[in-house]
Amino acid sequence: MLRIAPGARHRVTVTVNGRRYSGFAEARTLLSDFLRHELKLFGTHVGCEHGVCGACTVNIDGRAVRSCLRLAVQADGAEIGTVEGLAEDGALSPLQEAFRRRHALQCGFCTPGILISATQFLETNPDPTEEDVRDMLSGHICRCTGYEGMVRAILDVAGDSP
Amino acid sequence: MKPAPFEYCRADTLDEALDLMAEFGSDASVLAGGMSLGPMLNMRLARPAAVIDINPIESLSGIAAKDDTVETGALCRQVDALGSSLIAGAVPLLAEALPFVGHFQTRNRGTLGGSVCHADPSAEIPLTLVALGGGIVLERKGQARTVSAHDFFDGIFTTSRAPDELVTALRWPRRTARTGHAFGEIAQRHGDFAIGAVAAAAAVTPDGSLSAVSLGLGGIEDRPVLADLSDFAGAPATPQTAAEAARLAAERADPIEDPKASAAYRRQLVRVLGARVLERAFERAGASPC
Repeated sequence: MLRIAPGARHRVTVTVNGRRYSGFAEARTLLSDFLRHELKLFGTHVGCEHGVCGACTVNIDGRAVRSCLRLAVQADGAEIGTVEGLAEDGALSPLQEAFRRRHALQCGFCTPGILISATQFLETNPDPTEEDVRDMLSGHICRCTGYEGMVRAILDVAGDSP
Repeated sequence: MKPAPFEYCRADTLDEALDLMAEFGSDASVLAGGMSLGPMLNMRLARPAAVIDINPIESLSGIAAKDDTVETGALCRQVDALGSSLIAGAVPLLAEALPFVGHFQTRNRGTLGGSVCHADPSAEIPLTLVALGGGIVLERKGQARTVSAHDFFDGIFTTSRAPDELVTALRWPRRTARTGHAFGEIAQRHGDFAIGAVAAAAAVTPDGSLSAVSLGLGGIEDRPVLADLSDFAGAPATPQTAAEAARLAAERADPIEDPKASAAYRRQLVRVLGARVLERAFERAGASPC
């Protein structure tokens, strides 16, 4: 059993994009705020803070989930993937390249969460239909693009995968 | 949009969780997937003194066949239920309803038990449990009981769970031979809270008449309810019977009104969508011997 008193600061250690980070969080600190304010990883964006918009989506232990609906103290010991981990050695991931090619982003606020979702989605559904892609995207809100570019980009990458 | 301060209590075992429930009672909120509690904490609609995190309790995550039911642990993630071949075969109504629950990203974390405890009147998982006549296992220190889904839901966000009780499992009756099920829903956008949802179950005899039929309604009243369709036992399993049964269910319903839809709209929804799912359930009951 672990008990953390209200207001007390608790040490939280996580692996983000393969690198170990450690910081302090109150019991009530959201993982999204911990990533940004404590670990200074500003790639994960914060939108609605009630699980609807999807901007804060990160990968925790292999699954794309809302980081605004997870307490930082719950993530102690977790493996977390954020948008900062998608490009390798400065080279965009195939999905990021496809997003650029297909104009799948404009302001970019929603993009980090969508890239994380789509990356895990393609891992579990390597050959999705357009309907599957649209269903997955329904868990995100984009106010710029109308989603068409994203659908094309994700289907491009799905079509290219072996 | 940040939670008010609370004490965080992580239960690593069921015994620890039950000790914490006994200690805090109604001053605590139980944290499972957090897909409903998280927003309520963030918006400060909930300000519990303590949050009891039950996620580390591995014994609450399973999916297992047990006698004539499938038992899912309270922490069973919606995505895992959706991917379960046992549930697809033995509880097809749940498998059909789950894609309507939130989104890919929330089903990755959201649990079956959490949705049942939250008791949103429009939620699909409580409706499915009511429609199938399932049960809820509740435990407190040194004591366990099972409540039928019908008796569990008292109203909006209200259940018969006592403050020191933890929901540990759900019991889903297994599909039997010559039964069929179907689920349908209307929402403003896919994945939103349902304006109304319907869940049909039917048993059809070899000569094509109904030996049992029921229609569960979600988002129509202040809790998931089962329309009384006992008048239709013995009726032929035809589209006409489906339409008549749905019309009767709509007449007998006492729909709520909210900014999304009037009571008349919800009544119409039961009539139209109810007829469609009943017809589909009849077809499935007749088509596939289990």
